[in-house]
Amino acid sequence: MAVANTVAWRRRHLVTMEDLFREEIELILDTAPQFLAVQKRESGIKKVPLLQGRLVVNLFLEPSTRTRISFELAAKRLSADTLTITTSGSSAVKGESLHDTLANIEAMHSDIVVIRSRFAGAPAILTHRHTSRIINAGDGSHEHPTQALLDAFTIRQHVRAQRDDPGAGLDGLRVAIIGDIAHSRVARSNIWCLTKLGASVVVCGPRTLLPPKIERMGVDVTSDLREAMKGADVVYALRIQLERQAQSLFPSLREYIRLFRVDSESLKVAPENALVMHPGPINRDIELAADVADGPRSVILEQVSNGVAIRMAIMHLLANSGPEE
Amino acid sequence: MGRRFFFASERLGHAFLRAKALPYVVPAWMTTMHESGRESNGAEVVMSAEAIGAAVARMAVEIVSAHTHREAALLGILRRGRPLADRLAQEIEALTGEGPKVGSLATTLYRDDLRTGKSAVGTGRGETHFDFDVDGAWVVLVDDVLNSGRTVRAALDEVMDYGRPARIQLACLIDRGLRELPIRADYLGKSIETQPDDHVAVHLAEVDGEDVVLLHRTQRIEE
Repeated sequence: MAVANTVAWRRRHLVTMEDLFREEIELILDTAPQFLAVQKRESGIKKVPLLQGRLVVNLFLEPSTRTRISFELAAKRLSADTLTITTSGSSAVKGESLHDTLANIEAMHSDIVVIRSRFAGAPAILTHRHTSRIINAGDGSHEHPTQALLDAFTIRQHVRAQRDDPGAGLDGLRVAIIGDIAHSRVARSNIWCLTKLGASVVVCGPRTLLPPKIERMGVDVTSDLREAMKGADVVYALRIQLERQAQSLFPSLREYIRLFRVDSESLKVAPENALVMHPGPINRDIELAADVADGPRSVILEQVSNGVAIRMAIMHLLANSGPEE
Repeated sequence: MGRRFFFASERLGHAFLRAKALPYVVPAWMTTMHESGRESNGAEVVMSAEAIGAAVARMAVEIVSAHTHREAALLGILRRGRPLADRLAQEIEALTGEGPKVGSLATTLYRDDLRTGKSAVGTGRGETHFDFDVDGAWVVLVDDVLNSGRTVRAALDEVMDYGRPARIQLACLIDRGLRELPIRADYLGKSIETQPDDHVAVHLAEVDGEDVVLLHRTQRIEE
């Protein structure tokens, strides 16, 4: 029988967006809508039996609410058994190494391990020594691939609705990412993902928060908010990590707000139908004005709903395809 | 028209060929040949367009007579079950004046062969969609080919995740046998005998541009 999709999923792990090919990204995005439909079922059971009897362990060694519950919910909607280990409840505080922690989890026969760590590269290292399928849920300021995928999915959904074209992609779109680019794994994963899908990206922030040589990733760089927003189809505001304020990377919060806040005033430069996005949690009226966050252009809550569907798609692809080793 | 015979003999041949293409001139033995004959590429025509049309019409009558008290809700299993469900609905509407509700089932999320990792995870068949409540409904699942019965098993599980139908029945265009589960069709177009490595290809105008059911037999050494 002819099967419409041409790419087969062959990866065991999802660690970085840098590794993925465009076709693989598109396969994930194409797999997600059916899971969106599962959650929207009005009557009956809002889950499917694709991961029945499988064990998904969420190992969250850094504070996180949104991503953790999103992964947990995605696993439950696929009928998997889930265990969630957070920093406070883990033996990591007793000095256990990450390898040992994972070895112990695997001794209980885990199938998928979702890892959030503050160390860049930790998930990648773990893939070499362990047999579970590993999903990176954010490693330090390196990457956050599932966030980038759900963002691309949300953008594509809106492009398709706006153009009334069910096959439309991100080609030729302009995305402005604004804020703390240097410390943002969301920015890094999004840059990889969006440029691979054919969109052009401009990053904007105070010079101290723009990593040197970022333009090598194929993006435009500016410190002028209005220049970044000009012609942008998507305005993506990043969270200012107030906890890093102590490092004095910018002179004052008030100055940051004046120069870089996405609000109805600065949005006037952007096209009428530009989308406003944010990975959450929002510092209201710091990087993003409250009225814009709640306004008609904002798709922030759609990002959250889509996040569960994208994570279901990834777990399904990792667990149910590819040769068993 | 008649004057053409006077001018050139090839005109005659041409007109004759055209006449042959018209269905009412085709001799009876040729029709039978077309219905269960052998095509040049080795595929056997199991059902012609006319046979498919007649089978759908007959199944519609059977569905109507089995649903005198309550309306049927048709759920077509993607992809080719959906156009078949639409055709059945049309026929039922012609008979009763009222078309039944029609929806689509993808069944992909309920397949039992995914966890083996051996079959590709598909995305291209389309999504489950129906806008009626299956709770208490008399559901008729519609599919093109009934084989192992595993797709129907998946469809049953999917429907029951949406609610509790009062009754679920099955309508299929072709039953090729080789069942692996205790499942049978309540409304059937045609039953044929096949070997596991044969391939039954149902072509429907809505998807493939023409109506025909072909059986590709794998060459076997005769014992």
